[in-house]
Amino acid sequence: MSELNSKIPEGPLADKWNNYKEHAKLVNPANKRKLEVIVVGTGLAGAAAAASLAELGYQVKAFCFQDSPRRAHSIAAQGGINAAKNYKNDGDSVFRLFYDTIKGGDFRAREANVYRLATESRNIIDQCVAQGVPFAREYGGLLDNRSFGGSQVSRTFYARGQTGQQLLLGAYGALERQIGLGNVKMYSRHEMVEVVTIEGKARGIIARNLISGELERFFGHAVILASGGYGNVFFLSTNAMGSNVTAAWKAHKKGAYFANPCYTQIHPTCIPVTGDYQSKLTLMSESLRNDGRVWVPKTKEDAKAIREGKKTAVDIKEEDRDYYLERKYPSFGNLCPRDIASRAAKEACDDGRGIVPSGLGVFLDFADAIKRLGVEVVKARYGELFPMYQNITNEDPLKTPMKIYPAVHYVMGGLWVDYELMTTVTGLYCLGEANFSDHGANRLGASALMQGLADGYFVIPYTIGNYLSSEIFTKAIPTDHPAFAEAEKEAKERAEKLIGVKGKKTVDDFHKELGKIMWEYCGMARTAEGLTKARTLIQDLRKEFWSNVNIPGSLDEFNPEFDKAGRVADFIELGELMVIDALNRNESCGGHFRSEYQDAGEAKRDDEKYAYVAAWEHKAVNADPVLHKEELIYENIKLQVRSYK
Amino acid sequence: MKFNLKVWRQKNAKAQGKLVDYTIDNINADMSFLEMVDVLNDNLTRKGEDPIAFDHDCREGICGMCSMYISGRAHGPHHAATTCQLYMRSFKDGDTIYVEPFRAGAFPIVKDLVTDRSAFDRIIAKGGFVSVNTGQAQDANNLPVDKADAEKAMDAAACIGCGACVAACPNSAAMLFVSAKISQLALLPQGGPERNNRAINMVNQMDEEGFGNCTNIGACEAECPKEIKLTNIARMNREYLVASLVNE
Repeated sequence: MSELNSKIPEGPLADKWNNYKEHAKLVNPANKRKLEVIVVGTGLAGAAAAASLAELGYQVKAFCFQDSPRRAHSIAAQGGINAAKNYKNDGDSVFRLFYDTIKGGDFRAREANVYRLATESRNIIDQCVAQGVPFAREYGGLLDNRSFGGSQVSRTFYARGQTGQQLLLGAYGALERQIGLGNVKMYSRHEMVEVVTIEGKARGIIARNLISGELERFFGHAVILASGGYGNVFFLSTNAMGSNVTAAWKAHKKGAYFANPCYTQIHPTCIPVTGDYQSKLTLMSESLRNDGRVWVPKTKEDAKAIREGKKTAVDIKEEDRDYYLERKYPSFGNLCPRDIASRAAKEACDDGRGIVPSGLGVFLDFADAIKRLGVEVVKARYGELFPMYQNITNEDPLKTPMKIYPAVHYVMGGLWVDYELMTTVTGLYCLGEANFSDHGANRLGASALMQGLADGYFVIPYTIGNYLSSEIFTKAIPTDHPAFAEAEKEAKERAEKLIGVKGKKTVDDFHKELGKIMWEYCGMARTAEGLTKARTLIQDLRKEFWSNVNIPGSLDEFNPEFDKAGRVADFIELGELMVIDALNRNESCGGHFRSEYQDAGEAKRDDEKYAYVAAWEHKAVNADPVLHKEELIYENIKLQVRSYK
Repeated sequence: MKFNLKVWRQKNAKAQGKLVDYTIDNINADMSFLEMVDVLNDNLTRKGEDPIAFDHDCREGICGMCSMYISGRAHGPHHAATTCQLYMRSFKDGDTIYVEPFRAGAFPIVKDLVTDRSAFDRIIAKGGFVSVNTGQAQDANNLPVDKADAEKAMDAAACIGCGACVAACPNSAAMLFVSAKISQLALLPQGGPERNNRAINMVNQMDEEGFGNCTNIGACEAECPKEIKLTNIARMNREYLVASLVNE
């Protein structure tokens, strides 16, 4: 395990990051101009990194598969961003945000990383406000805050229900400014399909130009992946249709270890599935739980009557309702963390008390909030969300309770990175949701935006310099170097093989099948038996995919079906690794719930045996991956049972 | 439900395009419009035909990637909704639906319903930002902003950059898009120092990209999925005029 060096700086927790910054090696401005950095992905982490590095003077090449960097899926985050500003005078502090994040992550994240994240959270708000991000304000003109899932202080900054959009447009503006100044060259509609390594160092990528279909070569002294999460492995998720694991997976196959792939976040408040044709699930912001009360009927009979349309929510008397979150978790109630709220909804529905025709749905009720605050206040508070819900479901949440159910939303797992955000491949970095670093086994609400921006604005500009300072004598490597030719050949052969299958089933047939396997056996509750079965099913699916997939069109044109096929091929391989990881982890923690390990429904961790990061090394598609462990050492907090009761 | 679709098919930027007829049956009223197209594409793929290329990503109305001119309206018949937020219950069984790309000289067609909207990015690159490098910011609460101004700025900032305003405008003007960004930053103190250059540079780039002029028709506001107001254009004109005088 000696190679898994997390490079956590010496010193007391609160001083580590400062110590690091004060001693990190620097690159002088004249040398920065000669150094090229590739950034894959233009969400919060990618756009922030590309802009910040270009501001410092590096030559940046940025890539996204969408038609514009402004479309990255960070844009869809609704609720808010946490920061330990303590503007509300309610006792918040860096340590408290750090502690809440570690605890929320069920004690499976690195202390030093999370402390750094909590520290930088304050700078993020300053930076975003300076960019003109229109955060919500109070009448005095100062910034407004609200409390958000799993938090007892008000530390969440927000811009209506569009916080992700506004933060991303801030970062996008900063990126476009650098593009305009000529410091960033932007490649939209490009998908990374290979990472190029030379003498053990990442030196570039092969990207597919999605319009022409051509494979193009790009050199960089360092490569940063900020390519987002892999929730679409479940087919149905709240992710965008194009969100994929491809860049991270290609890096994994070239030597970057993949950490904790089984840690997936199933978000409690999404619109329930209604039909087979459904292409994605829509999240209703967690902020709704501030005022909404989650309930199901106390009896199965009432639930059945509602499912069959014989009764509606208003027919169920107050004393016949089970506000199960308030009942089970009196101190946090409806605001308990996501993994807990999701599992509780599953339990209620498994108990036969679901209230939508499929049986998989619970109520989120605003009647009390409307009584307390008035319709206008409630409407103003959830501006975009109510009309959005009404548009999709044809029901008005001001009149009848929302119906919600958990859905795959975020992944805590990702490429393993050290404190400097470098993967196990020298010179290859990973930022944002694509890495595994800060959320442990469960992410708290309003923490994803914080992590993406912290990584991009405030961490990578320091840590990459520490590496690039030793690269100032490396001249730009021409892309006719054999390593580029080799990587391109590999990508080309894979593409030709894929399109040459000419089988009978569509790409979506396979993707849906994979999604079903993952949701059934590697979703909200997992068992050794189910996971073992899932692995065989996925292996069979992979074989069938490569012998029976049908992709229309050719490789030398704009061909979205082919792009999708490449992504699904990677999802299938990733799915198997997730199952292997879930099977290895004989405990329940955060988003990973193994039915064998519980205390009456509450997750039972095993700190003795599993207080480690599982980092997997790829060997071959048909071979078992090799497990490397990074022990999690807690020097500043005591591991305890995570109780929200 | 059953529908007759007339869909614009065009192999690539240079090819000649045309409307092609498709019939689709067994459509559920709760499907989104894009899910209906998914079903159609699934049918086409199984028949060995080329599926229809269209832009889409988040499918929850915020990324701005989906487009489509549906029976003569950008993003279809609904007010304040993107194509991905349009549901088949909005149509009548047996309807004939025309599906075309967002048409404008400055949005060249890539394939079928997919267009190149990168002109918008180039306009933003000319000034749709505050020039503040990472790390230069002061404490966020050192700069109070009038709540009413912040709300108006947020109204303008809600723009998703989809291009419906351009597609709806007979002049192919991009003024609603450009004015939304200029307004957001003009309403906030952070945008103050650069406001003159911003107005001039963004407007110049808009003209260079080949977008038309505003003749107060208002189709942009009517079709905007985020209800960006026409008053932003008035504000942009004011900003531009003042900037022209000041810069003289």
